[in-house]
Amino acid sequence: MSSKPIATSRSAAGLPTARLVTWWVIASEIFIFGGLLASYVMHRLGHPEWAAQAAHTHTWAGALNTFVLLTSSLFAVLAHKAADSGDGARAARFLRLTALGGTTFLCIKAFEWTHEIEAGFVLSSGGFWSFYYTAAGLHGLHVLAGVIIMLFFAADAARNEELQRVECIGIYWHFVDIIWIFLFPLLYIAR
Amino acid sequence: MSSPTHAHHPAYVKIWAVLVVLLMVSVLGPLTGIRWLMLLLAFGIAVVKAYLVAKNFMHVNIEQRWIAYLLIVSLALIVVLFAGVAPDVMKHRGLHWENRAAQQAVEAGAHAAGPAHE
Repeated sequence: MSSKPIATSRSAAGLPTARLVTWWVIASEIFIFGGLLASYVMHRLGHPEWAAQAAHTHTWAGALNTFVLLTSSLFAVLAHKAADSGDGARAARFLRLTALGGTTFLCIKAFEWTHEIEAGFVLSSGGFWSFYYTAAGLHGLHVLAGVIIMLFFAADAARNEELQRVECIGIYWHFVDIIWIFLFPLLYIAR
Repeated sequence: MSSPTHAHHPAYVKIWAVLVVLLMVSVLGPLTGIRWLMLLLAFGIAVVKAYLVAKNFMHVNIEQRWIAYLLIVSLALIVVLFAGVAPDVMKHRGLHWENRAAQQAVEAGAHAAGPAHE
């Protein structure tokens, strides 16, 4: 009789190993993004002239992207709910919708960056733009990684396999959403 | 192993609707023309939105208690980083030092931006 105890039924520190790892990843991500954003805030407070540069960002594109990520987070948690009830096919559908949200986010970001680069605002245009491209770019890489992983997990979930992964990728995705929730006012609204 | 959230799923669509309304309020903030109100709305709402997502979507409230402590300690260390480094970055002049390049950048930027940013 075979069994699969690894990461599914094995429990460390009172929660499944896969979820434990996910939380540790998020704790380390807090230091990556926290350090970057804290650095941005202190520089921004020391350079009031950056407000004039921030005025060139597209607030409505940023707002639309916030809406897209919030909606994709809804799909991710609905996928978790479906996985909890053992409905892998439904969980897979919601995971794919979440991935679609992430792809839409990246397309809007590409549109935005194209316009900004064409207008002459590049990575080397000044302190504000260095932080803008670094923070948004690092966040974008996390979105891309999430989309790719989610599509793999959706394929498994569709076969009703490894459903515990649905919650883990969902927790990661909500964290990526929270990072954007703070990037939006920092880069687009504060002027 | 089932998750701790099994059979405990709040009304996610309602929470999403609240998040969208909060987003609209934060976007409309700049239209008031009052800078402090705009910043208060933008960052206050960001904190509320993050709390709603962490609590209801990430289920931190029903996760093992030490997970919340782990996240709080991580955030607290970022605050320590900020408190330790910010004075040297935000101020361009100290008792025994002066950051002339930063001062010049502020002056040049303010001059280029016009009277509104000076």
